[in-house]
Amino acid sequence: MTPRYDAIVVGGGHNGLVTAAYLARAGKKTLVLERRDLVGGAAVTEEVFPGFKFSVFSYVVSLLRPEIIRDLDLPRHGLQILPLESTVTPLDNGDYLAGWADPDETRRELCRHSPRDADASAVFGRLMHHMAMAVRPILGMVPPDPTSLSPGDLVGLLKLGGHFRSLGAERFHALHKLMTMSSADYLDEWFEFGPLKATKSASGIIGTFLGPRSPGSAYVLLHHYMGELDGAFRAWGFQKGGTGGISESIAGAARAHGVTIRTGAAVERVIVRNNRATGVVLEGGEEISAKIVISGLDPRLTFTKLVESRELPADLVEAVRRFKFRGSSGKVNLALAGLPNFTCMPGEGPHLRGAISISPSVEYLERAYDDAKYGEFSRHPYMDIVIPSMIDPNMAPPGKHVMSVFVQYAPYDLNGGWTDAKREAFGDAVIDTVSRYAPNLKSLILHRQVLTPLDIERMTGLSEGNIFQGELALQQLFFLRPLPQWSNYRTPIEGYWQCGAGTHPGGGIMGASGRLAAMEILRSGS
Amino acid sequence: MSEPVAGAAKSPSYDAVVIGAGANGLVAATRLAQSGLRVLLLERSDALGGQGAIVEFAPGFRAAPLGIDPGWIPPAVARGLGLESLAGDPAEASLSVAIAPGSFLTLSRDAGRAAEAIKVHSASDAAKWPAFTGLLHRLAGFLGALYQTPAPDVGLASAADLPALLGLALKYRALGRQEMIEFLRTLPLSVWDLLDDAFESAPLKAAVAPGGIQDYRQGPRSGGTGYVLLHHLVGAPAGMVRGRLPWRGGPGAFTDAAEAAARRAGVTIRTGAAVTRITVHDDAATGVVLSNGEEITAGAILSTADPSRTLLDWVDPVWLDPEFMHAVGNIRYRGCTAVVLYALDTLPEFPGLESRDALAGLISLTPSVRALEKAADAAKYGEVSEHPHVEISVPTLRTAALADNGKHVMIARVQYAPYRLRDGAAWDAARREALADRVTAAIEAVSPGFGARVKHRVALSPRDLEERFGLREGAPTQGELGLDQILFMRPVAGWGRHATPIRGLYLGGAGAHPGPGILGGAGWLAASRLLADRRGGSKGA
Amino acid sequence: MLKTTPFHTRTSALVRAQTWRRWAGYQMASAYDPHPDREYAAIRNSAALIDVSPLYKYRITGRDAMRLLDRTITRDMTKLKPGQVYYTPWCDGEGKVVDDGTVTRLDETSYRLTSADSSLRWLHLNAAGMEVRIEDISERAGALSLQGPLSRTILTTVSPADLTALKYFRYVDTTIRDIPVGLSRTGYTGDLGYEIWVDAERAVALWDALMEAGKPYGLTPAGVWALDIARIEAGLIMMDIDYFSSHHALTEQRKSSPYEINLGWAVSAGKGPFNGRRALAAERIRGAAWNFVGLEIEWDSFERLFTAQGLPPQIPNVAWRTSVPLYDAGRQIGYATSGCWSPLLKKSLALAHLRTPYAVPGTSVGIEITVEHQRRRASATVSKLPFFDPERKKA
Repeated sequence: MTPRYDAIVVGGGHNGLVTAAYLARAGKKTLVLERRDLVGGAAVTEEVFPGFKFSVFSYVVSLLRPEIIRDLDLPRHGLQILPLESTVTPLDNGDYLAGWADPDETRRELCRHSPRDADASAVFGRLMHHMAMAVRPILGMVPPDPTSLSPGDLVGLLKLGGHFRSLGAERFHALHKLMTMSSADYLDEWFEFGPLKATKSASGIIGTFLGPRSPGSAYVLLHHYMGELDGAFRAWGFQKGGTGGISESIAGAARAHGVTIRTGAAVERVIVRNNRATGVVLEGGEEISAKIVISGLDPRLTFTKLVESRELPADLVEAVRRFKFRGSSGKVNLALAGLPNFTCMPGEGPHLRGAISISPSVEYLERAYDDAKYGEFSRHPYMDIVIPSMIDPNMAPPGKHVMSVFVQYAPYDLNGGWTDAKREAFGDAVIDTVSRYAPNLKSLILHRQVLTPLDIERMTGLSEGNIFQGELALQQLFFLRPLPQWSNYRTPIEGYWQCGAGTHPGGGIMGASGRLAAMEILRSGS
Repeated sequence: MSEPVAGAAKSPSYDAVVIGAGANGLVAATRLAQSGLRVLLLERSDALGGQGAIVEFAPGFRAAPLGIDPGWIPPAVARGLGLESLAGDPAEASLSVAIAPGSFLTLSRDAGRAAEAIKVHSASDAAKWPAFTGLLHRLAGFLGALYQTPAPDVGLASAADLPALLGLALKYRALGRQEMIEFLRTLPLSVWDLLDDAFESAPLKAAVAPGGIQDYRQGPRSGGTGYVLLHHLVGAPAGMVRGRLPWRGGPGAFTDAAEAAARRAGVTIRTGAAVTRITVHDDAATGVVLSNGEEITAGAILSTADPSRTLLDWVDPVWLDPEFMHAVGNIRYRGCTAVVLYALDTLPEFPGLESRDALAGLISLTPSVRALEKAADAAKYGEVSEHPHVEISVPTLRTAALADNGKHVMIARVQYAPYRLRDGAAWDAARREALADRVTAAIEAVSPGFGARVKHRVALSPRDLEERFGLREGAPTQGELGLDQILFMRPVAGWGRHATPIRGLYLGGAGAHPGPGILGGAGWLAASRLLADRRGGSKGA
Repeated sequence: MLKTTPFHTRTSALVRAQTWRRWAGYQMASAYDPHPDREYAAIRNSAALIDVSPLYKYRITGRDAMRLLDRTITRDMTKLKPGQVYYTPWCDGEGKVVDDGTVTRLDETSYRLTSADSSLRWLHLNAAGMEVRIEDISERAGALSLQGPLSRTILTTVSPADLTALKYFRYVDTTIRDIPVGLSRTGYTGDLGYEIWVDAERAVALWDALMEAGKPYGLTPAGVWALDIARIEAGLIMMDIDYFSSHHALTEQRKSSPYEINLGWAVSAGKGPFNGRRALAAERIRGAAWNFVGLEIEWDSFERLFTAQGLPPQIPNVAWRTSVPLYDAGRQIGYATSGCWSPLLKKSLALAHLRTPYAVPGTSVGIEITVEHQRRRASATVSKLPFFDPERKKA
């Protein structure tokens, strides 16, 4: 009996959709199965309260690979990225630190706080540009296994070695520092103004269970500059209609290439016969056969839920057990009757069309981390706030607004576990902290949605609510992501593949994992 | 480029001046002298041995305050100096951890015996223990191989490096596929995760974890503490998870033997000779100036002082590239260790400790990894831990000669006592004694009546360690062991091979590769570099 | 919001065509008139007043001030006397130019450095281990450039300073209508001229005093466009136009040594240690791979390209700042980085990087000219710089 599909993708997150679109583009008959009623995974837009639309989880786009935009012609399918131009950090003394779209304006603002930092910022920006250039090819390659002697891996290793050598000693060393240092230490080498260091280092802790002083947090600093490098594509900003629009555009491209997408179709397990995946069984018992099955879910679900552990080598099961998720962030979505009034920049202004970063000092962020280390949510968390309705008026009824508050830290393993009461207490801590900087906030709130890592896990399936499908820590990157020897999108089960953010390079709405997985599948002749 | 050197006609007083007579300085000077160079070894204090030096801290009581872990002599150094006979004391060197008053877990070096002790807490952990220590031993063994050559550097590698690189690659492959991965994975890992992945028993984790934070101003949850753990196990016998075997001849054995080797080789040794300046002419080091104003000319200088002192304090900045100085200025030292020395009338009682031999080993008083992390938190904010991590040892049980009349000495190593205190506060006597009081109280908690046995107590804050041992910021590491400050990044990126931008000036202290605790490791490699440059003409870097 | 200079209230009222531009984060006039020719003509015929406040300015004092500058710049600071000014480049450790500007020895122990780019971080990096105070006075001080044959005459009417005694590249503290100013005989036009440094609070008063005194002599406010033509005629380079600062260059190839941008004369080979000393000494022995030269575009070959399309030759009235390839037969041998039609010399001029063998004056090279959407080549002749060097400049 011939299988009904060439390929089934389990999970309609953005990576799964990317994989499906690329496979269909190559002529494969492809089915995407999504448990929820809408595609997108953590990149969805939902009208949580009537008239108020939210990018419920992921809320900005910065790293979506330009080649995916080109290959899938996403703008034709609805991709439209609106600029998110500024970052404003309210300070505890009533002042603020702003970064604007215009470099001269930003320089002038920085000079107000530290002329030396203004100088350093320009030099730093150029170094980050180089670092992003250095990393970009790595994001686009299947990680070679440095422990393997297979010709393919050796060629990959030589290429990688050649790439590092081509960087020259100075940039290679700079990259090494960026990969191993803490963001606070790294920034200390460049800057003196605390809130600047804090705001920059905040990007190093997003989605990780690390503090700004934890080694390994520096390299995520690069992400911001990666987005800038691809700035010609305006890949840094806010998707029209919310993040779900990105998923919809990829789904649109996939459908145009012939992909079948079924929502409300939860996969119970992958059928494995003689160490070969032959299809899936849906909850409810329906069986669908396919030549290959690709999991867009995270490594824990891919290896321990969709298939039986006994189908897998013991060391792999052990490695999956050691793979760290540790969701550390939450989200508060607010429907507002009007605009918040920030004490540091009263009234309406351009700052409300950008991000507001609650990161007054490195110590503030570090103490927020300390709370989480011992199993509590941060009493005064780091927050990244945007008001999408200021960028896209279609997000809220006229005159009303939606506010998205990304919050860290909220540990998945809360002492005593998450309860409804604790969720609300967490929400209160967030609102109270924002209100220190925007006192009218409370009076504006029409509705609020508080999402803990546990909620994120329940709603999206992401294990422990980790938004990157697994911590972006050095020991879980590149050829170690998700597991040593299985970073090439394959699994020990033939015809069973992985394409989620838990694989290299992972993290953010990047799509690179999904694309690399598809390329590897097509290359293997599956 | 060659411009005439003024005064070059006058031949220098020495072929080489080596600064600092710690392990690295003694080894470097000996190696240079053995190669026929006229070598002067300068030591600012009155005693040799650097961090291994023994001090009489109270009348009749002696100790090597920083010598709890004696360190490791790389085989080439031992051979080169004829130190093969300097053996570790094979007597039991156990590691204990206080779980609660009256309750200890003691891990013998013998994996089987240790497993027996662990079984009380977790049978599954006990079963995993021999494999775990075996793995650590092999991973540290590979690190040891890396520590015996100049660090390979992708950024700088040239064809001449290929044989050494291939040799390392073969050693690496010899680990086997699984352990190659473990090696790469362990370096950036936190010791917390490393232990969590392996074990379930809290006391067992608490016993091992401090190895990952030794002299490191980070807690066990911080990435890279996996590497620090391995670093301190390089050269340790299988089964040991903290430190290396003490010398059979007592804590001074290495220094004595190295000094004898230096004198045999013809090294001129001067103590009480503090360098204040390195003279440079036309981009080349020409000599040193001492604190008394005396000028000594030399063909080359090999400094075992930390890189910042050597390059920023002693060299006129006009000779150095601004970016290079900036990089040196950014080296993180971050001393966070204090030492309290106790002079004891009699051996204190530790109820629940299996034998008094355990006191000759190392006893950690921190009952959980979480408590260790909490102790580290304070240091992040420039504060001294309220409940510091304390490790104690009684060296007089092995070397009775350290105290007169059968009395005893206890060394307590304490973390975290950050050198830089919040808001620029000073390490004054009050703060130091307050810390020592906390340490005494911590010991008293597991050894009732301890305080009453103390005849003398001397506390050394990081500030005191800086003054007494010449350690910048009181850091025994001469540069903390962050992953960005090791191997080819040590002391700074691009200068991992012991040379400096000043021709004829070399760095051979712990601040250079392979770092602290590897006795003579950096000195040996720096001396080799100096000799190679002499043979090949001065090529600079 | 862009920054405005201390003269903004006066200059902004004069910008009739709203021709603004950015200069180092400041909002500046490209030209005041809709047509900039008159402003250029004033520089060469009477006098022009140019707001050059966007230059970065630093005051350096303290025990090691001289040592700091000496280790930073390529000229020998030990020879700079009080009241003297150097024009100088400064390099990174590899001998590549970071920036160029002036160093003035204000008195025995204080100095002023001007630069095109912000230099605070670089100065501080250089000052490691030294006892020195570096003040950024960029926003505290306004700067006016009074340039042109009548500039001295105008100044004489308002300043007590002995201007005949103030030689080329000399500096004096004096007053202009009782306003304390620093006066240096320097400029960016290659003409007789002065640069005047003033506290920001007195800037407007200084502007008014000079404009009033200059009225009988045809003093004309001039914008950046006019200045740009004058500086090309004078063969003066501009950072990030004619060369990339080594701190800005994204690739190694984009960096230049002083020898490669015609500033070899400003490298003092025999001085004490300074940034790039070793690399520059090696380059002196090796010889620079590139040279920076003037090009005069041969009129006939230029005109022919237009005639072939039935067009008259097109001559822009502002300078161009785009990179243009240069050829020897079919092979690219360099690139021009800026150029202009010289209204004075009646020639089309360019500043160019050429591989050393071609950099000999008199050599003929091909320069790319786009005519009617087609790339063509005209002939150009390598010329010594400056193109225009009047005696009055130093007299």
